[in-house]
Amino acid sequence: MKGFLKKHGSYVWLTAFVILTIFSFMLGFNPGKAVFTNFTQSFIEMITFVPFLFIIVGLFDVWVPKEEIRKHIGQESGIKGIVLVVLLAMLQAGPLYGAFPVAYLLYRKGASIRNIFIYLGAFSSMKIPMLGIEIGYLGIRFSLARTLVSLPLFIGIGYLMERYLKNKHFEIRDGSQKTEVPHENYSIRMRT
Amino acid sequence: MSNNAVIFITLCAVLSLVSFLLDREKTLVGFKRGWKMFKNVLLPFLNILIFISVVLYFIPPSVISNYLGANSGVLGFSIAALVGSVTLIPGFISYPIAAGLIQQGASYAVVATFMTTLMMVGVVTLPLEIRYFGRRVAITRNVLNFFAAVAIGLLVGLIM
Repeated sequence: MKGFLKKHGSYVWLTAFVILTIFSFMLGFNPGKAVFTNFTQSFIEMITFVPFLFIIVGLFDVWVPKEEIRKHIGQESGIKGIVLVVLLAMLQAGPLYGAFPVAYLLYRKGASIRNIFIYLGAFSSMKIPMLGIEIGYLGIRFSLARTLVSLPLFIGIGYLMERYLKNKHFEIRDGSQKTEVPHENYSIRMRT
Repeated sequence: MSNNAVIFITLCAVLSLVSFLLDREKTLVGFKRGWKMFKNVLLPFLNILIFISVVLYFIPPSVISNYLGANSGVLGFSIAALVGSVTLIPGFISYPIAAGLIQQGASYAVVATFMTTLMMVGVVTLPLEIRYFGRRVAITRNVLNFFAAVAIGLLVGLIM
């Protein structure tokens, strides 16, 4: 039973929704029908652009040499260094906690504190797959405004953190040392 | 066909064609990766669409515009910033929610604040972050990002 739930648990909502919708139509239950109409609209909206977005992301993934960029991080400083970390961050996918191990790697490779925090900022909100979905749902104007306002703030935070941590023997650990056990109940696990 | 569909399908077709002409095999690998990513997000996406359809049926637009609309003031921002900081919603899933909120009368500024705190501040993942950066730095980063997120929300609201 437990194993069954674990394997198919994520389908529970979908199944319940389908069954309830069928009943709503059979019994003429209007709220159920209205919810289904809402759902159909948003489903059509989603299915007509999200799959294509992911194909574009897949193509990006094959063509843009992520490893090549990663190689140069740490060696380049100044504006070029910032551009490189932002670019690397934009090519990633996944939730923010997935960026911490990468931050550790960048730290080991000699990236500056400033650039590591700029990386985290850019990772959190400038990933290409997410920008694509954002443009689809909220429009290019919103996306552009948000990105252009965010970027200077991330860079500012990078500089602030660097100043704050100067002479403080700051180091990034690899995450295996336990300080507290994180709550790892991420029921919805995604890559984007 | 919506504008989105036209734009994304066109872009996808053009890029695929160029990629295909340059390297057939790479293109196929890219397709497969993209498709796999899509398959991974499909179920959570459907779940959230179901959730939104149900919630939007029960919450009338007037309530949403009252609490999250242009005249909601500090309250709207506080709700958005707090909920965004505390919850752990995968980014791409939060966009349909954001679009739904705007459609129902929430302001762009409030939605931008919600989205940005969601992305940049992680209260739930703080213990994990502490493992990497140490307590002091992790907390500082989150606090700085919280204020940055509110600033971003306000500025985006001004621009929109």
